[in-house]
Amino acid sequence: MDASQAQNRTYLGMPLARPRVAFFELSSCEGCQLQIVNNEANLLDFLSLVTVVNFREAMTEKSDAYDIAFVEGSVTRADEIERLAVIRKNAKVLVAFGSCACFGGVTQLKNRFKDPAWVKKQVYGDRSIQTNDTARPLEDFVSVDLRIYGCPVKKEEVEKIVTHVVLGRSIVQPKYPVCMECKENENTCLFDLGEPCLGPVTRGGCDSWCPNSRFGCWGCRGPAEDANVGQLQVIMKQYGFTEETLLDRLECFGGFAKDAEQLRTNMKLSPRRHEGTK
Amino acid sequence: MIFKVCEQEELRRLFDILAADNTVVGPVQTGLDRNGSALNAFKPVADYTNLNLGYTTTKLSAKSYFLPFRESLASFQIDGNDWQKTVDYHCDRPIVFFGLHACDINALNKLDKVLMGNTYPMPYYAAKRKNMFIIGIDCQPQPFCFCRSMGSDTVLHGFDLFITDIGNRYFIEIQSATAYNILARIKTRPPEEVDHLQYMAIAAHKNKQFTSRVDTTDLTKILDMEFQSPVWKQWGDKCLGCGTCANVCPTCYCYGVEETVDIGLRSAQKVKTLYSCNIVDFAEVAGGHNFRSERHTRLKYRYYHKHRGFVEAYEESLCVGCGRCGEACLAGITVPEVIASVRGEES
Ligand code: SF4
Ligand code: SF4
Ligand code: SF4
Ligand code: SF4
Ligand code: SF4
Repeated sequence: MDASQAQNRTYLGMPLARPRVAFFELSSCEGCQLQIVNNEANLLDFLSLVTVVNFREAMTEKSDAYDIAFVEGSVTRADEIERLAVIRKNAKVLVAFGSCACFGGVTQLKNRFKDPAWVKKQVYGDRSIQTNDTARPLEDFVSVDLRIYGCPVKKEEVEKIVTHVVLGRSIVQPKYPVCMECKENENTCLFDLGEPCLGPVTRGGCDSWCPNSRFGCWGCRGPAEDANVGQLQVIMKQYGFTEETLLDRLECFGGFAKDAEQLRTNMKLSPRRHEGTK
Repeated sequence: MIFKVCEQEELRRLFDILAADNTVVGPVQTGLDRNGSALNAFKPVADYTNLNLGYTTTKLSAKSYFLPFRESLASFQIDGNDWQKTVDYHCDRPIVFFGLHACDINALNKLDKVLMGNTYPMPYYAAKRKNMFIIGIDCQPQPFCFCRSMGSDTVLHGFDLFITDIGNRYFIEIQSATAYNILARIKTRPPEEVDHLQYMAIAAHKNKQFTSRVDTTDLTKILDMEFQSPVWKQWGDKCLGCGTCANVCPTCYCYGVEETVDIGLRSAQKVKTLYSCNIVDFAEVAGGHNFRSERHTRLKYRYYHKHRGFVEAYEESLCVGCGRCGEACLAGITVPEVIASVRGEES
């Protein structure tokens, strides 16, 4: 970073903190980080608020001196556990960045197979790759200070959070379900159109991204506070959807792992559903 | 009150006259639901043929036109240590509502009492409300409509014109001078005895169609007595806390305000967003205490505001019986069933 960039900004005369920020990825598609770099105009604003010391998608220099670590991805390998521990030690604030980091995300889909060796064979063939049997969220290994949900995260939400951090304002994330924003967007409810949706139990904040395009929610942001999954199960049944349909959605991103487990028990499926050989 | 009668074709002329200078909003069919029933919504309409004046109901009320789900209350341009504040009531031109049912006009009248009738009227609402021209239209009661129980099946004021289809012609009730003057531009005639008889026959027929009802007798007292009734917990267990009931309701006006600063630190906004008492943090206060952390206490609150608190303050309910909340609630929680259960009745 050059000297002019390192200069502290002010807001209405108030000097602002200028946190040193680092981005890291564990097992992920890097789609969440891409959300940050894909709007060039705002990227400059972002860079004028913070000092980025580590961001593989945008720069080559690296440093271990940072205040805030945004960690994307789930933990699926032994070396990632070690890297995560180092990041935790270096960072004042550790942010679980996106659904993989928060819940395991899409990568945790492998957790439902009974036979990890079979999964590995299907995915990597005969190549020798070290992977753990399960994909886990960051919080299974280190303490997490802030979670930014979404697969991928919503750029506007990240920008808002960063702005609030710099201004020293509290960070408030929606506690309500996706339906709130879906109604605000005046969408026709997918249940009325004969399609399933996890919107009533999933944390809002995505501006009802999927229902806006007539796709039912798959729960990427995990459960809303006080989510009534039991009642959604009743509703899905009333609307003629199978338990499998609900289970597929609850399992997809890992945020509803407990509910999915409960549903599997109710359905009398083995805890790891698939035999892994079919 | 002044009555007129016009031929059906004249309504199209009235539409064209109004649409020439104004935004006209009316019922439009937007698609079909999974059972093949029409889905309707209030939309800006440029062409009379797109109007679906025989609509049964709309999923959402017309609320977004006078109480938008999201509205900027003030924006601030930041310039060094100084700032410039801009307030906009978001009302650039009058809106003509072409075809609101009685319940929805009654809903506006109720909102007027809360948002304009007190010491500090809400200018964002008042600006839009004062710049409306409302044409009401008669309706056919649906299985979920209980407006008659709430005294909202007819409307006495708060609109400009009310039209009733009396078979190949419209019976028109005129409520405002503006309406009288505009009607002078289309062909109308004074009603004759045969028109009166036809109007009364249609009204009598409509009254027989209601199947859904709410017994409001002594309801404020009964709600007081049954505050601890176990039925609240039963309904609360079903509730998703999704806020849909308030979002589709023509009379729910609760909101939250959020202040945001843009990432370039060049501007800031104070934004109002409609909220719902069923949402988990509705009664959460600074410091994190939540006065209604349990779902049933929140669901109950919605009923107490509508059917008790508001009645005590205004001698009328804050529910017009449009039935939208019950239709939209995925958990199947409907006002007639909830009130009946509190009264200890089978619904
Ligand atoms: S489409 Fe989904 S998110 Fe939207 S209102 Fe229906 S259930 Fe809720
Ligand atoms: S609608 Fe659901 S799946 Fe889609 S982005 Fe929002 S939370 Fe994620
Ligand atoms: S009553 Fe129905 S619509 Fe209202 S919050 Fe509960 S589940 Fe949602
Ligand atoms: S509470 Fe329900 S029935 Fe009453 S006005 Fe609101 S949406 Fe209509
Ligand atoms: S308190 Fe609840 S019922 Fe009353 S207006 Fe607000 S959201 Fe509607």
